[in-house]
Amino acid sequence: MTKTSIYLCLGALAAALAAAQPAQADPSPMEVRALLHKDFQAKGQATMSRVDQDDLQFLCTVAHNKPSAKRVKEMEAEQHAAIVYPADGKYMGDWTKGQKIAESGKGMTWKDKPGEQNGGSCYNCHQLSPKEASYGTVGPSLRGLGKKRGDGIEVQKYVYGKIYNSKASNLCSEMPRFGTSGTLTEEQIKDLTAYVLDPASPVNQ
Amino acid sequence: MRRVSSRALLAGAALTVAASLVHADDTRKEIEKYQRMTAESSPVELWEMEGADLWKQKRGPHNVSLERCDLGMGPGVLKGAYAHLPRYFKDTGRVQDLESRLVTCMTTLQGFSEQEATKRVFGNADKPSDMEYLAAYVAGKSRGVKMQVSTKDPKEKAAYEMGKALFFYRAGPWDFSCASCHGHEGKRIRMQELPVLSSPKGARGTYTTWPGYRVSVSQLKTMQWRLNDCFRQQRFPEPKYASDATIALTMYMAVNANGATYRGPGTKR
Repeated sequence: MTKTSIYLCLGALAAALAAAQPAQADPSPMEVRALLHKDFQAKGQATMSRVDQDDLQFLCTVAHNKPSAKRVKEMEAEQHAAIVYPADGKYMGDWTKGQKIAESGKGMTWKDKPGEQNGGSCYNCHQLSPKEASYGTVGPSLRGLGKKRGDGIEVQKYVYGKIYNSKASNLCSEMPRFGTSGTLTEEQIKDLTAYVLDPASPVNQ
Repeated sequence: MRRVSSRALLAGAALTVAASLVHADDTRKEIEKYQRMTAESSPVELWEMEGADLWKQKRGPHNVSLERCDLGMGPGVLKGAYAHLPRYFKDTGRVQDLESRLVTCMTTLQGFSEQEATKRVFGNADKPSDMEYLAAYVAGKSRGVKMQVSTKDPKEKAAYEMGKALFFYRAGPWDFSCASCHGHEGKRIRMQELPVLSSPKGARGTYTTWPGYRVSVSQLKTMQWRLNDCFRQQRFPEPKYASDATIALTMYMAVNANGATYRGPGTKR
């Protein structure tokens, strides 16, 4: 379903609901979107198209992050199919570069210059290296991940894919789709994969 | 201010100590200690005093003060006004928060144009904004008053429901809603604990301490600024100042905080 067709369907649904019950109904995502277009303004790289939901954002919002098992399966498959894996078949880069990307919370806001390298904001939500005490807890701890799971090619591919599009394996996850959204480059995702899996990385010490 | 700054430095040192600790329990204790220290050294009173002067000053094309401004409890009544905001105002036909209502008073009473009244709403460390002074002054007049925000008027109820829908609306390049950070109990971003603003517990603790003085930037920040900075980090475009969307979100949080005693303007990291 395209973005437009969702809103058309939703429009018809909202109209039907409004006709059926004069009492106050909860605002639909379409009404929220209309208000955001009225009350927000583009700034820097943050254009107004950002308030428009894609299919996944729409589904997770209306389903309170718990869509039916059937829809989850379908859409996770869609998200998975759109992951672009490196053409050279290598998933691990340089963990030392990965560390800097994991530490940086810069990128994609209206204050950040477009074209400058974005960070991954990893420490905002995850514990990684035991040397970094300032870490968030929104996501699971990734400390020692490589030690536990090894750094075999299948594990590498899984981690690469998770960073590229976390929603392919957990549809309404709070973690951004760093590859899909164009936040991180292939090389950066490789470096991050190395940071969590490389036996020499502080994450696995 | 110099004395305050040196204390702020000391508090900053406490945070550095906190950051160097590994165990979560110790870290939490250090953060609490740091918060106590910053609260003790807060210069919030200075903002309130400046705000009181501004409130009484004759300004604008009409050369009148704001002393007849009606914040919902009647013209000039400040005691408890903030603890009852946002609310529906008949004269404007809108649900308004403190800041949008102050803009209304500046335009209707003092004769400023809306553009003039909102020209510089967010200040900086060198020069705070008039709005920040006024917000601190008015909010301070609700210290010790119980939050009691009404949803009786259909427009108030609609604003609350819209605020709730906005809170859970996921969009932007990173798929974030407000709830991505403020919807999960007991979570942190880096060292910052995140209040769950959709729950009474989280909203009560947090809403009742805004506006707030931020030690890290030596500035008092308003709720409109706070929402603006949240949306920046949500990777959204910028909310317009005192817009219906920002007021609806404020309404949602304020109603969730109902029953708690207002104890701001507070002190933040």
